[in-house]
Amino acid sequence: MAETTSGELSFEGPIVELQRKIEELESFAASTEIDLSGQIDQLKARCIELQKEVVANLSAWERIQLARHPGRPLFSDYLANLFEEPLELHGDMAFGDDHAIYTGLAKFQGRSVLLVGHRKGKNTKERIRCNFGSAHPEGYRKALAKMRLAEKYRIPILTFIDTPGAYPGVGAEERGQAQAIARNILEMSRLRTPIVCLVIGEGGSGGALGIGVGDRLLMMENAYYSVISPEGCSSILWKSADHAPRAAAILKLTAKDLLRFRIIDEIVAEPPGGAQTSIGAACRLVEEALARQLEEVCRLPTERLLEQRYEKIRRIGVFLEDGAPNFVPPPEEEEEPAAR
Amino acid sequence: MAWDSFKRIRFRKKKEMPEGLWLRCPDCEGMQYRKAVEELLQVCPECNYHFEISVQARIEQLLDEGSFEEHFRGLTSTDPLGFVAVKAYADRLVKAREATGLESACVVGTGKISGHEVVFGATASRFLRGSMGSVVGEKFTRAVELATERRLPFVFVSGSGGGARMDEGVLSLMQMAKTSAALARYDEAGGLYISLLTNPTMGGCMASFAALGDFTLAEPKALLGFAGPGVIKNTIRADLPEGFQRSEFLLEHGFLDMVVNRIDQKKVIGQLLEHCRVGAARAS
Repeated sequence: MAETTSGELSFEGPIVELQRKIEELESFAASTEIDLSGQIDQLKARCIELQKEVVANLSAWERIQLARHPGRPLFSDYLANLFEEPLELHGDMAFGDDHAIYTGLAKFQGRSVLLVGHRKGKNTKERIRCNFGSAHPEGYRKALAKMRLAEKYRIPILTFIDTPGAYPGVGAEERGQAQAIARNILEMSRLRTPIVCLVIGEGGSGGALGIGVGDRLLMMENAYYSVISPEGCSSILWKSADHAPRAAAILKLTAKDLLRFRIIDEIVAEPPGGAQTSIGAACRLVEEALARQLEEVCRLPTERLLEQRYEKIRRIGVFLEDGAPNFVPPPEEEEEPAAR
Repeated sequence: MAWDSFKRIRFRKKKEMPEGLWLRCPDCEGMQYRKAVEELLQVCPECNYHFEISVQARIEQLLDEGSFEEHFRGLTSTDPLGFVAVKAYADRLVKAREATGLESACVVGTGKISGHEVVFGATASRFLRGSMGSVVGEKFTRAVELATERRLPFVFVSGSGGGARMDEGVLSLMQMAKTSAALARYDEAGGLYISLLTNPTMGGCMASFAALGDFTLAEPKALLGFAGPGVIKNTIRADLPEGFQRSEFLLEHGFLDMVVNRIDQKKVIGQLLEHCRVGAARAS
């Protein structure tokens, strides 16, 4: 996907052009005091239509570009806009403090919550500090330590998933990346407190699942969730990362795909054109979905909550038993409701 | 690079044992007397290299003779994504079945180890590299549920270099959650889980069920880890340390209870079962 110098993606071109026109008209109207509000409103409506149209028809690979868009809201944006008085809690109390995963207590609409979120950083310095959102074992262990605290005081947990994957490095292996992720998955399946997980950008394989098991799994409209990165899949199949767009298409990693496979519970709509067009609007949509889902799971008695969580995880999979399918996913073409 | 040639040897040459009186060990490259290798249960007497073996052979080696009864054999893979790349997943499945005589990459059932009744299972490293798709996840989970119901210990041998099976996309990834959630319930019920890791066990399998044993044993020199050595090398752009991600490396870093030679595995597992017998019986 070609990225232009101004940071927009190639499919955003017509939208940007239209927006430029609107701006020109607005400044012309202001300087000449001629009333163009009719035309401007019309163009703005056309622009929103165009954005919706473009996003609705994106290929899987183009959607991944949106999920990785430099202007896309990150966990830090949701943290700043949706939560009051956040108290960051550092450290796994064993090895170190991994900046790729944030953990902390905060208030969400007056309710105490534990926040766990992948952190990517907004500028080069921050990105390096956060290791571009790729956590080490100590990040997963920090998350588990804080989640155990939340369980003790029955504080609900909200996790924000946005990682290209857990870090593949020597230190990560030495300190048990696989063991840390496995332990988190197991413990999250039985933590006696409500857990709502939301994929806000990249759902990179085990690195995402390591903070991604809970009572609800939501995905933003342009987020992706995959067993392997499209680049990695391309390298395995075609011995080069060049076929990543094709890999993205066959991996079935969009929110709509995951809803079809009944892996996620809800697709959280994004502002027309994608979350990067308005962080404020994206935050409001996320807030609404989280509040509603959290309310639902917090109302359940713990035993019922755990029973439902197990059943939800237990039924995932598509196979034949004595030749008969256990579950037939709806066909791809069928239009799914974008949001509830 | 030294590592690359090392890896190439491991993955290309270890396949089937060639016919004849003598055979070449793929690790030390020495000519070994076949009978001596067989006496050690397919292990090189010179360098202790553990040849890859089939699930059938594994069952013969670990379980009491004639005690194994397979369960859930009727579970077979379908192609939920319609995954067609260089080769179609549907064709790869057909070939894997023909090559191994197995219906899926996982065999589970009940049997006895040194007289102890257990639920036993293993992944077949020769069936799409033992990777976990919906069927492996489902079979593993059912085996754990069976062990929970019958209050039996659970022994599972992992040989899953393929990790989570790419051809079933995120459905495979989610089997990590399913298998781990079943193990959590089994654990709450007091169940005893012995995980034996064999060459290679990587990615999504290592980062879920394989790493969650009450006791974690490994065969010598097995490749065990999260990310593949090639991926790590590409990421850090440097050579990997000698013996990186091998059983002995994991033992050194505190992630294994023991490294056990194949010839001793049945005895050691029997001892562990004996030690925990009272506790395991309490599982309900």
